[in-house]
Amino acid sequence: MEFLSYLISGISLGSVYAIIALGYTMVYGIAKMLNFAHGDVIMVGGYISLTAMLSMNLPPIVAVLLAMVVCTVLGVIIEGLAYKPLRSAPSLAVLITAIGVSYFLQNSALLVWGANPKSYTPVIEGAMKIFDGKLSISYISLLTMASCIVIMIVLTLFINKTQLGKAMRACSEDKGAAMLMGINVNRTISVTFAIGSALAAIAGVLLCSSYTSLMPTTGSMPGIKAFTAAVFGGIGSIPGAFLGGILLGIIESMAKAYISTQLANSIVFAVLILTLLIRPAGLLGKYVPEKV
Amino acid sequence: MKNLKKTTKQDFITYLAVILAFIAITVMGDAGMLSRSFKGQLVPICCYIVMAVSLNLTVGILGELSLGHAGFMSVGAFSGIIAAMSLQAAIPSPVLRLVIALVVGAAFAGVAGALIGIPVLRLRGDYLAIVTLAFGEIIKELINCLIVGVDSKGLHIIFNVSGAKTVNDLHMLEGGRAIIKGAQGATGTETIASFTAGFVLIMISLVIILNLVRSRSGRAIMALRDNRIAAESVGINVTKYKMMAFVTSAALAGAAGALYGLNYSNLLATKFNFNTSILVLVFVVLGGLGNIRGSIIAAAILTVLPEMLRSFADYRMLVYAIVLILVMLGTNNAQLKGLLAKIIPTKLRKEAK
Amino acid sequence: MKKFIALVMVVAMVMSMAACGASESSAPAASSGDAAAATFKLGSTGPITGDAAIYGQAVMNACQIAVDEINAAGGINGYQVEFKFEDDVADGETAVNAYNTLMDWGMQALIGTVTSGACISVSSKVYEDRVFALTPSASSTDVTAGKDNMFQLCFADPNQGSGSAVYMSANMADAKIAVIYRNDDAYSQGIRDTFVTEAASLGLDVVYEGTFTADTATDFSVQLTAAQAAGADLVFLPIYYQPASVILSQADAMGYAPTFFGVDGMDGILTMEGFDASLAEGVMLLTPFSADAEDELTKNFVAEYQKRHGETPNQFAADGYDCIYAMKQALEAANCTPDMSVEELCDALIAQFTSMSFNGLTGTDMTWGTNGEVSKMPTAVVIENGVYVTAE
Repeated sequence: MEFLSYLISGISLGSVYAIIALGYTMVYGIAKMLNFAHGDVIMVGGYISLTAMLSMNLPPIVAVLLAMVVCTVLGVIIEGLAYKPLRSAPSLAVLITAIGVSYFLQNSALLVWGANPKSYTPVIEGAMKIFDGKLSISYISLLTMASCIVIMIVLTLFINKTQLGKAMRACSEDKGAAMLMGINVNRTISVTFAIGSALAAIAGVLLCSSYTSLMPTTGSMPGIKAFTAAVFGGIGSIPGAFLGGILLGIIESMAKAYISTQLANSIVFAVLILTLLIRPAGLLGKYVPEKV
Repeated sequence: MKNLKKTTKQDFITYLAVILAFIAITVMGDAGMLSRSFKGQLVPICCYIVMAVSLNLTVGILGELSLGHAGFMSVGAFSGIIAAMSLQAAIPSPVLRLVIALVVGAAFAGVAGALIGIPVLRLRGDYLAIVTLAFGEIIKELINCLIVGVDSKGLHIIFNVSGAKTVNDLHMLEGGRAIIKGAQGATGTETIASFTAGFVLIMISLVIILNLVRSRSGRAIMALRDNRIAAESVGINVTKYKMMAFVTSAALAGAAGALYGLNYSNLLATKFNFNTSILVLVFVVLGGLGNIRGSIIAAAILTVLPEMLRSFADYRMLVYAIVLILVMLGTNNAQLKGLLAKIIPTKLRKEAK
Repeated sequence: MKKFIALVMVVAMVMSMAACGASESSAPAASSGDAAAATFKLGSTGPITGDAAIYGQAVMNACQIAVDEINAAGGINGYQVEFKFEDDVADGETAVNAYNTLMDWGMQALIGTVTSGACISVSSKVYEDRVFALTPSASSTDVTAGKDNMFQLCFADPNQGSGSAVYMSANMADAKIAVIYRNDDAYSQGIRDTFVTEAASLGLDVVYEGTFTADTATDFSVQLTAAQAAGADLVFLPIYYQPASVILSQADAMGYAPTFFGVDGMDGILTMEGFDASLAEGVMLLTPFSADAEDELTKNFVAEYQKRHGETPNQFAADGYDCIYAMKQALEAANCTPDMSVEELCDALIAQFTSMSFNGLTGTDMTWGTNGEVSKMPTAVVIENGVYVTAE
């Protein structure tokens, strides 16, 4: 019974990683940049939704939508001001700029919302009891897992079926050729950032609802973990990010339960290293045939 | 031939600039012209310069992005502290102990670099970056589990995986003292680091790295960066040269770590986290990839910058972030570049080639 | 390219220097020579940005309140007090820089440093320079060990660990205890170590120990499930209130309701914005300060803090406030004047602190030993209906 309970908390944690990783991987796939500020957009999403719920007394669903709108706008502004001017610059320069943006967001949040950690009110409360109450699954875990799957499916359909999705894939394959085909590369990248940031807002709400505390540095560690998850699954691949996130969550949970709570993170990273040594492009990475 | 002369000249300018800076700071310090605050930063500045220069070898010259450089600094720092503190009774001279600590730190970090390098260097690009990040985090957690003490019978080391062990489990004899106490880090370290030692370390690092870069091996390493397949096809041994650069870089970071560790009476394993790795990477990128002199200047300025921004109080790190973004935009944006090209056309044209 | 980068870096440097110059000239009082002779200069460092910003900001705000009150009431021995707080991001290197900056400013005694690790680094400098230092909240024993001029206002970690164990064995000796602590944090690990040692000698039954680190401080369901499976009915949390609040809400979500027992770091949980106080119902903690206390001193302080900063002060704030008043009492008792040298002040203050008794927000009849550790009584409180009630 404990095993099931560990597994469920692992999947729930993994679902949050997966949603963040989806945002990471989309931006990476198209803009070829590691957006280290992604984790901090999550934190902003958390704060916006919390402020909306606590100070403005808006219902949770409106708060989530508001957070998505604000984060989308924020993502587009960041992209326009900080990343767009560096389109032709070396990728390391963009990486450092992203780190600058990350510091900027954290310290702005510190000034706006203060240093005191805030307790987050989950968007739904309560738990489902099964097996005579021996096993309980909180509704927020169920919601997280469900959202994760829905987002993954919607994104896959979007990328494969829509005009804009095709444009994104074209940009990710070859920017120059895409431009020659009449695709507005700059706009496509901006749209990608908008989608990624909206996802970050959802991830922020779900992350904070499961792990009910919010402070200006809340986003950075989940951001790094999600980056790890994205690489684990094969960066640039949407199903890869999903798989990587879920697996990472399960490994972390199992490592804590059965090996050592002390070294849980190390075990996660060690598994990542081993995986990459066997499959150098991640589980579902581009250069690996899709026959898994 | 002419080309060679030019690079040699450039290297001598770098050495000379460092020596002059050292003399100027020492003289000004003796004359009481420097604030305490600045003097207190001299040793960490030296450490960060060595860190930046050594990371530049991996990132700029070998062309592989490493996000775990602080891990090597950590290995060097803690092994250096153990060496210096355990020899306290045997070797009374602090200078000699410092030298031993730096050598030990460099050796351990070099070994760690070799162990990590073998698997890591098979990977490329962002995959390599994430694996170095992972190793950095693993090193941090492992050192966090380390409990070390010394008594008349020698060193006692336990590795506290369960989290349930404390200093008492070392079972030290009367008069024994703890050097590293797990999560509490290395405490009570005798601070024997000095600015002179930092200067000497910078000079040694420069000699090692500049000579490596200008040597046949250095050219092989740069060939790997510029075009790995072409380099391989002319018979350059990829693994050998990658390892050479990576291990050298790790060892120098270890020495810098040892110096850093011996400058503070308390050092926590969590100090050397992802953020520290990123900090050093920022020095390297801002100073220019492959540009050793740039790394030195960037490390020095960016270490002092947050201190100079103290008067902004709460806004300090916000201003730091803005400066960082603006500098990156200013140095890499094509339009801004073009604008500046008109102001200093000749120099830029030369650099472009 | 290279020249060009150098150029931009110079621009950045000039910018920052200009910024420094500008703000220095806007605050002439701090550096004007004539004022310096007639004021006591107290400095403090702590994290006001980064992860631990809450602790530094609490101390900074509370110290400023105390200094303003003292100045309004005529100062110390008739001299006004200047207070300056520098950010150290809870990092040893930055803390030493911050301390040096304060020494350049002319600091005569240090209230600090706020966090343990940073404080140990600064304490060796303080010892070399013979500057008197009183830390509000750095609780590690390494802070004061071997330094005669370094004093603590908070409990040292071992006191809290053994205090908790003694309280448990007296009041709930049969409990099956689980400990969840943060093992990359000196404070948490320090309390846990002495707690477990003391618990073993008192015959308490510790059935499970779980750890977490700063990087895994989001999900505690595994540790809680394991504690529940081990049959623990008392969970000891020697951690700060932020992760504790997450643990409480996750335990509630999984329907696990043991008695939770905290230490002074747990204080602040009730005032955490957005926290559902019903989750903390029945939580016990040992704390020297309670913002709900009814005495005049606490009420005035809490009211003033709320007026200025819009939030309820936590125990760090109370410790900071007490530090300033303890310093005032010692300076007055020793008839100190600002023209005394730092060393003279240091010796005078050491003599006073080791002999005086101080009443403040965080305890009455506090005294200090020559080792710099404070002796005061922690009180065990239990949370009932969202307020602290003294436990029997």
